[in-house]
Amino acid sequence: MAIIVDHLNYIYGQDTEQAVHALQDINLQIPDGQFIGIIGHTGSGKSTLMQHLNGLLKATSGTIYYNGQDIYDEDYKLKDLRSHVGLVFQYPEHQLFEADVFSDVCFGPKNLGLSKKDAELRAFEALRKVGFPEELFYTSPFDLSGGQKRRVAIAGVLAMKPDVLILDEPTAGLDPKGREDILGMVKSLQRESGMTILLVSHSMDDVAEYVDRILVMDHGRIAFDDIPRNVFSHVEELEEMHLAAPQVTYILRDLEKAGIDVDENATTVEEAASTILQAFGIK
Amino acid sequence: MDIVKARNLVFEYIRRDEEGNVEGISTAVDHVSLQIAQGDFVAILGHNGSGKSTLAKHLNAILYPTEGTVWVDGKDTSAEENLWAVRQNVGMVFQNPDNQIIGQVVEEDVGFGPENLGVPTKEIWERVEESLRAVGMYEYRKHSPNRLSGGQKQRVSIAGVLAMHPKCIVLDEPTAMLDPSGRKEVIRAVRGLNDVEGITVILITHYMEEVIHANKIFVMDGGKLVMEGTPREIFSQVERLKELRLDVPQVTLLAHELRKKGLPIPEGILERKELVEALRGLK
Repeated sequence: MAIIVDHLNYIYGQDTEQAVHALQDINLQIPDGQFIGIIGHTGSGKSTLMQHLNGLLKATSGTIYYNGQDIYDEDYKLKDLRSHVGLVFQYPEHQLFEADVFSDVCFGPKNLGLSKKDAELRAFEALRKVGFPEELFYTSPFDLSGGQKRRVAIAGVLAMKPDVLILDEPTAGLDPKGREDILGMVKSLQRESGMTILLVSHSMDDVAEYVDRILVMDHGRIAFDDIPRNVFSHVEELEEMHLAAPQVTYILRDLEKAGIDVDENATTVEEAASTILQAFGIK
Repeated sequence: MDIVKARNLVFEYIRRDEEGNVEGISTAVDHVSLQIAQGDFVAILGHNGSGKSTLAKHLNAILYPTEGTVWVDGKDTSAEENLWAVRQNVGMVFQNPDNQIIGQVVEEDVGFGPENLGVPTKEIWERVEESLRAVGMYEYRKHSPNRLSGGQKQRVSIAGVLAMHPKCIVLDEPTAMLDPSGRKEVIRAVRGLNDVEGITVILITHYMEEVIHANKIFVMDGGKLVMEGTPREIFSQVERLKELRLDVPQVTLLAHELRKKGLPIPEGILERKELVEALRGLK
């Protein structure tokens, strides 16, 4: 068990009149190598929870165990935790600052205290992993397209060699192909490097397509924690939480109502196509 | 009457290196000619860097053409004496709700535009009220904007533009940062403005589902207009759109997949109920 979250509570402005209970009794187990999607409306506590996982915020009560160690223990070095759990913020390209792409990606590993050579090796590897073209290594990050900037920013975190990668809406503002490229790249990181991925997203369609497990956050609590098809079978509850199911799930529900016998819990276009074809006797 | 007309619009910008020497010239908008009729709902699609936003910024004289001409309500946008008329006729709403709200209270924020135009105080309040009602935010008029959700903030931004009584509103990815219900709220408000108030809407987005009700879609690539047509005409070209790094709504994609596998469904299905009807007809 890589990460265990145990009765975690977080209250903003605890001693003020406007105290907000942002996380309420969160219990969670995150095994190695899983691809987890986190959904929830704006303000539901998704980002707050993510910031606890790499120690940027400290819980009001409860604790988090990383590989069996309590991260709030006095002897525990949070700096180590941050090199294991990489966090890619929303619009990470706003944090690019170096004169060229390669130096920007070197910044993280250098900060970990690695030698120049080791840092460069890691930067090279990280840029290759995100599929960034070598001929652009020495251009200014500010001359790149939105999708490429985002790759560089993700490479900057990967260069720290984290075991867990948290991405907060990595596809916001990207065109459809850019979204597919980034998510495909993240999926291959999980498959090939066995990295644990936590993906915060507002796109139900994307989550349905890529993740193994979904956490649904609502008012600081975990409302559902299950595989996509089970989570998306709660369409009405999700809508009450300002969320939705993938579009194909709605189509299948309509078909079922119209008397066509399909699996109404399919969540991707591929699954939906196959259950419809089956209903019409085509393989 | 055309509210917006562009003829051979070209926009070039000069790229400079760190010392300020000219590195080259890029053409962001390349000989675009288009006409948008008063009262239309028009969508502009295109991948990141295709020139959509640069084109949009010409419509209210944030940018001026390098070559060619843009007319708003018959007035040339590059003539200085038309500047106020152009900006009043075409309002802009941008991606990030937090960058567009300046007031401490919702109604003050919405009143800022008309106040700047020198509208008499009594009329400002009337405009604030009708604008907030039009986007369904009247009950929140006394609230502080920073306590609102993303979708609510965007609707306040839209009300702020509405209060200037524009003939046309340009929205540049207004839903990119919102959760599913926020997206729905904003698109519903925008459609209402078009249907009920007859305001011309120009919507730039990466979410294909948001544009199925448009009268017309323009697709940009490399600064040029490469496709133009109704949503049905555009979205029936699934492969062509993929080449352009774009996508089609999930419903359309599912219909396309089913068709490829031999189910006789028409191309260019845009809505759930159409697909359900088509499939029911086959049973």
